[in-house]
Amino acid sequence: MNADEALLTYVLRVADNALITGQRMIERVAGEAELEEELANANFALDYIGQARMLYTYAGELEGEGRSEDDFAYLRDTQEFRNFLLAEQPNGHFGDAIVRQFLFESFYLLQLEALADSRDKRLAEIAARAEKEIRYHLRHAAQWLVRLGDGTDESHARVARSLAEQWRYTGEFFAGDEVDSILQSEFRGPDLDALREQWLANVTEVLEEATLAVPGETFMATGGRQGLHTEHLGFLIAEMQHLQRAYPGASW
Amino acid sequence: MYTQGLDQKGQTSKPAAVEESAEQLAAFQARIDAEEKIEAKDWMPEAYRRTLVRQISQHAHSEIIGMQPEGNWLTRAPSLKRKAILLAKVQDEAGHGLYLYSAAETLGVSRDQMVADLLAGKAKYSSIFNYPTLTWADIGAIGWLVDGAAIMNQIPLCRCSYGPYARAMVRICKEESFHQRQGFEIMLELTRGSDEQKAMAQDALTRWWWPSLMMFGPSDKDSKHSAQSMAWKIKRFSNDELRQKFVDVTVPQAEFLGLKVPDDDLELDEASGHYRYGDIDWQEFYDVLAGNGPCNRQRMAKRQGAHDDGAWVREAAQAYAAKQAAKAA
Repeated sequence: MNADEALLTYVLRVADNALITGQRMIERVAGEAELEEELANANFALDYIGQARMLYTYAGELEGEGRSEDDFAYLRDTQEFRNFLLAEQPNGHFGDAIVRQFLFESFYLLQLEALADSRDKRLAEIAARAEKEIRYHLRHAAQWLVRLGDGTDESHARVARSLAEQWRYTGEFFAGDEVDSILQSEFRGPDLDALREQWLANVTEVLEEATLAVPGETFMATGGRQGLHTEHLGFLIAEMQHLQRAYPGASW
Repeated sequence: MYTQGLDQKGQTSKPAAVEESAEQLAAFQARIDAEEKIEAKDWMPEAYRRTLVRQISQHAHSEIIGMQPEGNWLTRAPSLKRKAILLAKVQDEAGHGLYLYSAAETLGVSRDQMVADLLAGKAKYSSIFNYPTLTWADIGAIGWLVDGAAIMNQIPLCRCSYGPYARAMVRICKEESFHQRQGFEIMLELTRGSDEQKAMAQDALTRWWWPSLMMFGPSDKDSKHSAQSMAWKIKRFSNDELRQKFVDVTVPQAEFLGLKVPDDDLELDEASGHYRYGDIDWQEFYDVLAGNGPCNRQRMAKRQGAHDDGAWVREAAQAYAAKQAAKAA
């Protein structure tokens, strides 16, 4: 794999995480209990869709075959998506959604901080912009996690369970491959070992404040990076792509 | 997004709890007549306050319930650009709900109480949101027709005599005109598209036309509260005047799109310059208002479900806040 191919693959992975995360958040729209959370959720989802659009557009330019943002989002099949398994997990309850956002964004923020310093100027610009958004999202998720963890017995039990269920999908964040190595060596991309350490320290700090135990060593599920997803992603993709698939070539 | 004729038949004002003297009422009316803005701390007749609470809270509830039919197509929006625009629009509606609840709170009613009234079925929201969004074209039709009708209703509300409501409406109207344009643009794209897309656009206009006309509320002859609301300058134009304005603006837009308005009686009256339209099926309006529209139960069940699902979260937030307060003490 050469550097150009690695960069393209990497950009698509980041874009897929943004799109699938955004799509899951969109599923919650109009269903939040509180109006303030409705605004926050829609706003954050909009940030993710915006990030996905910038990244897919850039991927199209890197590839040079004329593919648009919509070609990547709407005309690839499930196994061509490279998002983390965590992103595609169904929403569950409010606490599940908060835990997912917290675990992922704790990683994503560090990833973006590193990418903002990348030698690839365009990726660095996109990352710098996204970093500001995600910093704010993460603060929101962490605050809620603390409230829920240190709230009532019920809320504590609920988010402890969410954490136990979702922790198994976090190993994938740091399971680097050739693409990550090339990105690090050729484009000054993230050092995943350093990121893992920082991530665990940051996550531990918030979990302690939330009176939640950090889950111990456990089996880590992987596959998203290889396109081997959980059964959940296929339905998300089918729903998202419905109109483009039903009316091929139509302009909307 | 919307206000519907809020002056429904059969609602009677309760007697005011406190005595209101003829002098107070006359002085209040004089301020209204002088186009002064009434502010939250000013004296106002109880019936004026109650009318505003009813109208503003119904408007707020409509924004919140109105997120559902549009939210229905967010996951299926046909391009990322459309998805982002629709998401921004739905988010604006949540924001409108928030400012409107705040405006109503200045009149001494809490948001919790207003939400409780909505969930209990005591407060209404615009009936238009009890119709389903069956195709993507319905998202275009809602923006074009429903937001278009809402703007007709809302522009005059920017001059409403109650200051906090008027100011909230100024902000809301700016965003609504963007919403209306995005709806029209969706319709334009569809009508320039394939035969299937054109048919989708026509079907949406056919289904949304009459409910959109009903958004202005009952005909003037059946609208009981209108006269008082007009005297108080809460309302500036009658339901029928606004409806006529909407028809006059919208029919040429439908022609531009190459779509047929589903009204065989529709014709331009050259002398007056107004379009004459056919009879509105008021039975349908009252049926939907009574809870028998296609989606009334679904909309309320979703809101009630969201509220119930939030119970443990609200309790947790309160418990956490109490613990923090105890630590600080």
